Amino acid sequence: MKNHIWRPLYLAIAAVLIGLIVRSFIVPSDFGAHERGYMYGWHRKSNELEWAAIPVKYRTAKVCIDCHRDKYDDIKDSPHGIISCENCHGPNYDHPKNPKVLEVNRSRSLCLRCHAKLPYKDTLRGAMKGVNPESHYPQAECMMCHYPHNPKLASHRKEVKR
Amino acid sequence: MVHGEVWTLKEFFVYPNEYIYWAIQIVMYPFMTGLVAGAFVLSSLYHVFGVKQLKEIARFSLVFSFALLPCAPLPLLLHLEQPLRNTYVLMTPHFTSAIAAFGIVFMTYGMIVASELWFVYRGHFVARAIELKEKGSGTVDYLACGLFTLLTLGAWDVSEEALHSDEKAVKFLAAAGIPVACFLHGYAGFIFGSVKANALWMTPLMPVIFICSAIVSGIALCILSYIVVVKLRNHMHVRLLKKAGLQASEKLQGADIAIVTITARYLLIFLVLAISLELLDLIFRGYTAVKSWEILRRVIYERDFVKIFVLQYGLGNLVPFILLLLPRPTLRRVVIGTVLVLVGVFMMRWNVVIGGQAFSGSFAGFMEYRLPIIPESLETLKEGLFGALFVAGMPYILFFIFSRVMPVFDVKEA
Amino acid sequence: MMNRRQFCKEAMLIAGGIALPLAALELFDPTRLLAEKESGEKLRWVFLVDTHKCVGCGFCVKACKIENDIPYDAHVSRTWVERYIITKNGKTYIDSPNAARDGFTTSKSDQNLAGMVEIKDEELEKAFFVPKLCNQCDHPPCVQVCPVGATYQTADGVVLVDRKWCIGCGYCIMGCPYGVRFFHPVYHVAEKCNFCYHRLAKGMKSACVDACPFGARRIGNLRDPEDPVTKIITTERVNVLKEQYGTNPQVFYVGLTMEVK
Repeated sequence: MKNHIWRPLYLAIAAVLIGLIVRSFIVPSDFGAHERGYMYGWHRKSNELEWAAIPVKYRTAKVCIDCHRDKYDDIKDSPHGIISCENCHGPNYDHPKNPKVLEVNRSRSLCLRCHAKLPYKDTLRGAMKGVNPESHYPQAECMMCHYPHNPKLASHRKEVKR
Repeated sequence: MVHGEVWTLKEFFVYPNEYIYWAIQIVMYPFMTGLVAGAFVLSSLYHVFGVKQLKEIARFSLVFSFALLPCAPLPLLLHLEQPLRNTYVLMTPHFTSAIAAFGIVFMTYGMIVASELWFVYRGHFVARAIELKEKGSGTVDYLACGLFTLLTLGAWDVSEEALHSDEKAVKFLAAAGIPVACFLHGYAGFIFGSVKANALWMTPLMPVIFICSAIVSGIALCILSYIVVVKLRNHMHVRLLKKAGLQASEKLQGADIAIVTITARYLLIFLVLAISLELLDLIFRGYTAVKSWEILRRVIYERDFVKIFVLQYGLGNLVPFILLLLPRPTLRRVVIGTVLVLVGVFMMRWNVVIGGQAFSGSFAGFMEYRLPIIPESLETLKEGLFGALFVAGMPYILFFIFSRVMPVFDVKEA
Repeated sequence: MMNRRQFCKEAMLIAGGIALPLAALELFDPTRLLAEKESGEKLRWVFLVDTHKCVGCGFCVKACKIENDIPYDAHVSRTWVERYIITKNGKTYIDSPNAARDGFTTSKSDQNLAGMVEIKDEELEKAFFVPKLCNQCDHPPCVQVCPVGATYQTADGVVLVDRKWCIGCGYCIMGCPYGVRFFHPVYHVAEKCNFCYHRLAKGMKSACVDACPFGARRIGNLRDPEDPVTKIITTERVNVLKEQYGTNPQVFYVGLTMEVK
């Protein structure tokens, strides 16, 4: 079409074509509407594998039992048997290779998570033994008197010297 | 600090991950696209509907619309956490999202305005190219000649016939551009109106309210800028003459009050429409009083009362309405009126965007937005006062540059 | 008077016109669609929260942060626990200090700017804890509003975010009615709970499920009728959050009461 009025349209079409060419370089080939369709499944498929490949940090108590049999025997029949080792000692990662030692957290804040008394009747929290953190030996570590692996064991309880 | 934490103040119960994520730049974005759409519609009123008195302001508003255009995505670039990935919206658009419409609509609208400008100014480009080729000297003139030659796109024919087909093309594009301009801003309203998770935003009226207030703001800005630019031009004319030791033989025409008054009438029509829809929305919410009304009522009538009723409805709607309707209009009254309208439109964007985040999704807590004034980090620079001023001022800088190539006064025709 | 030709023409038009909407009904036959959808997948992750069992210890939040590399001191979390305290004079106090990362160790309710509110034991009418996390909805509004396809749902129902593709617009965060999404403070892209997808892929359970000593959090496969979690969801009285938004959340709650936001 000889008429000059079409020139801007040609420019526009050229711009779109260039855009499509650039797109073929930028957009990965596995980008598309996958299992969940266009509305819920429009994505780069390989991202799913990237998420699946992330390393695990918490390995569950199962991996602790073999080497730490004694501690496990202590805790398994006590009320604290329901608590995973990693909750207090931190994630396993690649222990014993890395880190060589897991933390032993002696702070009050760890125990107070459950044992700061909150009398909420309709929950398990209300049924648990607890203290008032501000009045119950506020300067002391809980572990000075209580053995966390088996809090019911009388032989491990030490009296705080006043 | 996580993104949003530095400018968010939480009160009572707010979900832990809730912050004001859409801040000042998201307020600026619909404001800027609204100006773009409104300026274009104003220009089209002349080209399509042949409202002859709007000829001068039509050329002005078209160039201004083009200067505003690149400033529209600017707030988005400043807002994005990953601005370098901005092209992904064009590369893998997910059209179930209103934001994905941005790519298509923006590009289409840009091409229409650019094409329309080309047809309007082609004669001028040819004239300047020829003039510089024959009489130009030095590098600047050489480069300028090259620029104008490029801009002609090789179409040198400036016969009556050719210029007539230019006019026909302009008319077509101006007409085609109106729905696109409406869509450019309507979709911005849809972005908010379709979010069911936000009790304030979720209403089918949102796209319509946005379009009406966009047109209002565009027209207001054009009237205001037109008056200011004409005044500036006159000032510069007098100064140039003084420098040459001459007296101004005749006072240059100021902005024509007749043109301004007629344009203001169109502004009032859309102003009434916009305020009616907003009041309708408010009345419906109060009447139906659904679950979210309890917290929304406290935000609208208590916490944000001044921002909504005093600034937006009062100063931004009622006062300009009166000012522009008073008999014997003066340029001063029109300037005050249009400035107040723009303040009102800005407050509308603020009250929607920030207002929608003034309450928690739990309906049991509030969030307050503190606009960062002094930038303490890149984040508070981009999403703070400086970022907002940068976006607001950029169209004028661009307009100045564009008007060197596409002048709005004393256009040389071939 | 109509002639035969006209009559035939018009009759065909009318018949065709009626057939069209009827055909559409066939296309969108809900039972057929459900059957087609169900037969494909053998795995659909589903979560169960028992609010009677939650004690607010916050071990789940701590484990989640460490397992998923969310900076420990950042004021965001993929999961959190809310505490509801209803007093005798009918007021409800809701708080989640630091997303319950350090548990609940005081009876004072953290009301942010409004301060800490002391609630005496005698004033207590009812109080409980509600853990929250991403519901991995069947109709996720966050996925619908993503402009670039950075967030999506896998075939087994988990909603993920492509960290390399997200542009950080925040639309998905605004689109979630539950407030589970946020911007990752390090990667600067959208982030949220994904049921620890990397653990599920290795046959493990989510970190929060393993961490909870009381079994308040459980995960299962909705497509497996023998799954203990599925059995509870299908046979006992369970509820979901904000059902009115039509998102079809797949985190089910035992003991979800009207006060829960």
